[in-house]
Amino acid sequence: MINEVLHTLPQVLIDGLTLGAVYAIVALGYTMVYGILELINFAHGEIFMTGAFVGTAILLTFAGVGWMASMPAVVALILVLIITSVVTGLLGMGIERVAYRPLRNAPKLITLITAIGISFLLQDIVRFIAELKKGNYILTGPSLFSGQIGIKASSVWSGFNDASVKSSFFIVIVVAVIMMVTLDFFINKTKWGMAMRAVAQDRETAALMTVNVNKVIALTFFIGSALGGATGVLFAIQYGTIDPYIGFILGLKAFTAAVLGGIGNIRGAMFGGVLLGVLEMFAAANLPVISNGILGAEYKDVFAFAILIIVLIFKPEGLFGKVSVEKV
Amino acid sequence: MKNWLSTIQQNKRLQAIIIGLYIVVTFLSLYLAQKSVVAFLLLLSSLLLLYFTTFSNRVKWLIGGFVLVVLLPFAASQGEAYQSYMEVATLVGIYIAMALGLNIVVGLAGLLDLGFVAFFALGAYTYGIFATSQANNFMPFGQYPLSGESFWVFIFIGCLVAALFGVLLGIPVLRVKGDYLAIVTLGFGEIIRIIFNNLDKPVNITNGAMGLASVQPPRLFGIDFMYPSQFYYIVLVILIAVIFAVRRLEFSKIGRAWKAVRENEIAAQAMGIHLVRTKLMAFAVGASFSGMMGVVFAAKQTFVDPTSFTLLESITILVMVILGGMGSVPGVILGAALVTILNLQVLTELTNWLNQLSLNGVINVPDALSPAKMQRFIFGIILIFFALYRPQGLLPAKNPAFDEDELKNTEGNLVNTSVQKEATQHVHLDR
Repeated sequence: MINEVLHTLPQVLIDGLTLGAVYAIVALGYTMVYGILELINFAHGEIFMTGAFVGTAILLTFAGVGWMASMPAVVALILVLIITSVVTGLLGMGIERVAYRPLRNAPKLITLITAIGISFLLQDIVRFIAELKKGNYILTGPSLFSGQIGIKASSVWSGFNDASVKSSFFIVIVVAVIMMVTLDFFINKTKWGMAMRAVAQDRETAALMTVNVNKVIALTFFIGSALGGATGVLFAIQYGTIDPYIGFILGLKAFTAAVLGGIGNIRGAMFGGVLLGVLEMFAAANLPVISNGILGAEYKDVFAFAILIIVLIFKPEGLFGKVSVEKV
Repeated sequence: MKNWLSTIQQNKRLQAIIIGLYIVVTFLSLYLAQKSVVAFLLLLSSLLLLYFTTFSNRVKWLIGGFVLVVLLPFAASQGEAYQSYMEVATLVGIYIAMALGLNIVVGLAGLLDLGFVAFFALGAYTYGIFATSQANNFMPFGQYPLSGESFWVFIFIGCLVAALFGVLLGIPVLRVKGDYLAIVTLGFGEIIRIIFNNLDKPVNITNGAMGLASVQPPRLFGIDFMYPSQFYYIVLVILIAVIFAVRRLEFSKIGRAWKAVRENEIAAQAMGIHLVRTKLMAFAVGASFSGMMGVVFAAKQTFVDPTSFTLLESITILVMVILGGMGSVPGVILGAALVTILNLQVLTELTNWLNQLSLNGVINVPDALSPAKMQRFIFGIILIFFALYRPQGLLPAKNPAFDEDELKNTEGNLVNTSVQKEATQHVHLDR
């Protein structure tokens, strides 16, 4: 049994890293907003989904006009990433302005209910537009970077099976790392990043120190949503097919990753995302083997939720979070 | 306009004439018009009108009961659309009971539960498994399917199973609070659905994605309940019991404890309320209504499969509660009726009408825009709009207001103080 698990390990790690990178960046959006507003931005998964659709739409337009042939795929990718992240960033800012800002002093659960409403609204609007333009809301984008590369893992150790990698894997990892490093630099080293950390710590005091709180919150939403949208593009490129309902479950898992790493903690979210991705792929590949076929791979979603519930119950502050004391 | 309303409000006889006329007119129009959704809905809305009258509660109940038990089925039975009307009315009843269950959890106890449909699924599967030959696969004793007479017992078993799972879920989950609780219950709802979807191996318990077909219809005194017009009465009886229970619970000791927990957990704890027990109670009671209706649902549809229990259903029930007013029993009933009728009647009728128009070439509505597909859009709009502009809902919850002097004058004596008027109650979910 252990041999079987080891056989598939290289492939599991590669798939898990890809998925984990996606989770990690989406989790950043949750954790940033939570850190600053103590609000679970339910609509974040849908912003990710919108990003995937906007990116695919741009790629399809490029292909339709015939630009795809005339420019290298990497340039197209960069263009698409930039346009998409600006679009979704503005979308996130708009959502904050319309739906969250008027409720900033309202009970938390009212805001949560609005967030669920926004997420349903976005799902249906995207479905509607996609169905109107294409006749079907399940889209398949043009395939970029679809070459397969074999990795001879068996030459490292004979217990491993060979793994194969789509070349988009490298794109996903490289872009994800660039985004995360830039964000980390931005938060920790720049003036605006300092303002964000100040607002997260204490909104009123930050306001007294001449930090424009509304602007900082809008900026947080812009950055989180831009990252989410860009990740949507990466997801579309890596997995090919997208539909308006991908954002929900993925958002939930990214939220799990954020909780796992300690919500409000940026580096924790990155780590939690990668960890959750690898764990989930491991479960998907090995649950049937370990349980002798009793538990199918379908239980991988249950596995992710179970992690969420266990973490929330036994270590609600997450792996790297700070314990907070509730005051009356 | 205002003067008119106030004169009507003071004059009971005028009210009686108005409501009597209204009921007679709508009854006749439904009776004479062979197939008229509008007349059917208007007759139903006489109950709303009745709610706003100033009659005593007993009179209201009597009139309402008469309309529901006699007039509505009788008027509808004249047309060929009888069964489809009764189907709608039955589903409205089922959803009202579920929404009332969720109202206890969200509205009274202030715990946002996004996986509420899981309890409904538990009830439905409890009956579904034993009322089909499915149970033969894993039960060592007994002959299955059980006969339809067991349905009446299963209403209580479904209730108990759901309540049990409510407690089992509650024990670990209630340690997290606020928005985390929402996420965890959402995860739980999905877990239950995925498990039901995959529990066909190694032992075939739920028959997986295929679902359970041909569930035994309920049977009483040798009569099989096959048609919606018969289920209508089952649902009505259960619903009245549920409304009665909810009304009594709301103003009981536990009901006040729920509201105290909703307003401020720490303060409630300081007043000697056992937090965990109170919250578990809310989960269990809310879940049990849902489980009960799950049994009825399984028997009515004669088919159970996991696709009936998605997140969309949970959110639909939440929309009912938010629309009607959190914590308000009449509000939630109104909200549930509105959303169900919107879902089943208005959207489908609109779609048919638009299709008709497109066929005749009057306007061209693309298929993507067909209202039957716009549920999520509409629910999203309702949630956002009500959260932003009317968080108390259509019929806000009210607390009985007591006359302070009267309470003081009757020192020490346990005298039933009359409820003078109802003060508006502000729902504060935990901050």
